Amino acid sequence: MKRTPLFGAHQKLGAKLIEFSGWEMPVHYTSIMEEHLAVRRAAGLFDISHMGQVSFTGPAAQEFLNRTLTNDTRKLAVGQGQYTLMCNPRGGVIDDLYVYRLEAEEYLLIVNAARIGADVKWLEQQRAVFGEQAGVRLLNASEMFGAVALQGPSAATILSQLLRGGSAGGTRVTQVSDLKKNQTGRWNFNNHSVWVSRTGYTGEDGFELVAPAALIEGIWDKLIALGMAHGLKPAGLGARDTLRTEVCYPLYGHELDESTTPMEAGLGYFVALDKGEFVGRDILATQKAQGTNKKLIAFKMSGKSAPPRPEYPIWSAGPEGEKVGEVASGTQSPSLGVGIGLGYVPTQHAVSGTALEIEIRGKRSPCAVVPKPIYRKSSVN
Amino acid sequence: MSNVPSDLKYAPSHEWIRVSGETALIGITDHAQHELTELVFVELPEKGRQIKAGEACSVVESVKTASDIYSPVSGEVTEVNQAVTKDPKLVNDDPYGDGWFFKIKMADPAEVDKLLSSEQYSAQIG
Repeated sequence: MKRTPLFGAHQKLGAKLIEFSGWEMPVHYTSIMEEHLAVRRAAGLFDISHMGQVSFTGPAAQEFLNRTLTNDTRKLAVGQGQYTLMCNPRGGVIDDLYVYRLEAEEYLLIVNAARIGADVKWLEQQRAVFGEQAGVRLLNASEMFGAVALQGPSAATILSQLLRGGSAGGTRVTQVSDLKKNQTGRWNFNNHSVWVSRTGYTGEDGFELVAPAALIEGIWDKLIALGMAHGLKPAGLGARDTLRTEVCYPLYGHELDESTTPMEAGLGYFVALDKGEFVGRDILATQKAQGTNKKLIAFKMSGKSAPPRPEYPIWSAGPEGEKVGEVASGTQSPSLGVGIGLGYVPTQHAVSGTALEIEIRGKRSPCAVVPKPIYRKSSVN
Repeated sequence: MSNVPSDLKYAPSHEWIRVSGETALIGITDHAQHELTELVFVELPEKGRQIKAGEACSVVESVKTASDIYSPVSGEVTEVNQAVTKDPKLVNDDPYGDGWFFKIKMADPAEVDKLLSSEQYSAQIG
């Protein structure tokens, strides 16, 4: 199994380790519940070094990415990022990712750990189709970087103590807390560049930091020390999963795969049909106009039940009920104290308020389709 | 360091048993509750159910995962602890007391002799 540059730090903290798409990663340090609530109430620090970094440079980098990704890269000023998807010609999702414009002709893609190999292969193929002469250089820099996510209402306060002063590149601000959502800036830390973006995967305010691999443990240790007084906890993949499920962010391999389209996943907002040609556009335009046969729903269990889990069958309600789908992601919501989940069902069952049932160990428990996100800041005290 | 009371017997699958005559009280160990982390759901066997030693007869769920709980001995379930189904965290807070799972009338009390002593169980969990 692969290990991130923070593996030693996780061991020192007594993390419980699991395998995650070929990586030996912390699932929790104390408990998912505690870490989840720390992120909602104060702050949590995640190792996301397993994620991939692919950089594109050259005068045609922007145009190439606009033909390969679904969102409109022309909207990116230097120092801005956007959520986007990479589709095959059938509109199926090869990966969902963030693309940042670091310099005028330099872009950085942050991709899922499990998809680095598939992504780079696809991107190389697409570059060959696009034409080598156009001047697009691709570099898989995944091994060169480590990354952490600092998430939660106290994240800005904590990060301001680590990175004093203004940015040296990307979005120019005089202090790190001035970065706005989806903006990224470059800071100097121990004479090296650290890219900081105001992004995350938890539904909370927060930042993601990408730094040379050798630098990341120093950043991790300092953030843990600085964050202590603010209630920061190291947080594992378990809390990362429950946090993102509560706010209905998709996880590749659960909600997204090569036979599922962004329209079916409810991610049409990140598909810029008006920008011109891009891979998958035809089918996605048709689905936008005509609708899709299946849709990703969010659901909440109606009463006390065991938590729904991935692959549990979803049934339509009532004595005539039939199996209509499968849970893609499901868990007990630490914030709400009930079972919640995401899953694909035929479109006629996807309307908010529809009663459905989840089959748990042979017994069916009622749930209801709810609007996304399942959890909002104001939905609990 | 986990608490392993010396007056109980243990199954290698992390259940404890407190024998009194022909009946026995069953729960999960302090080590088990610590490894499982905070429980959010407990499903117990029905009263009157006949269980064989080693049979999965309860399910506990943390946020992360569902785990089976096995009966260390054979017999008939005579009582279940509804308090833990209402408040699963009792298992974490008091695994050998208020967090017990069910009571069983043993079919073969000699099965208890095959279970682990506190020393043996302590050695197993290291």
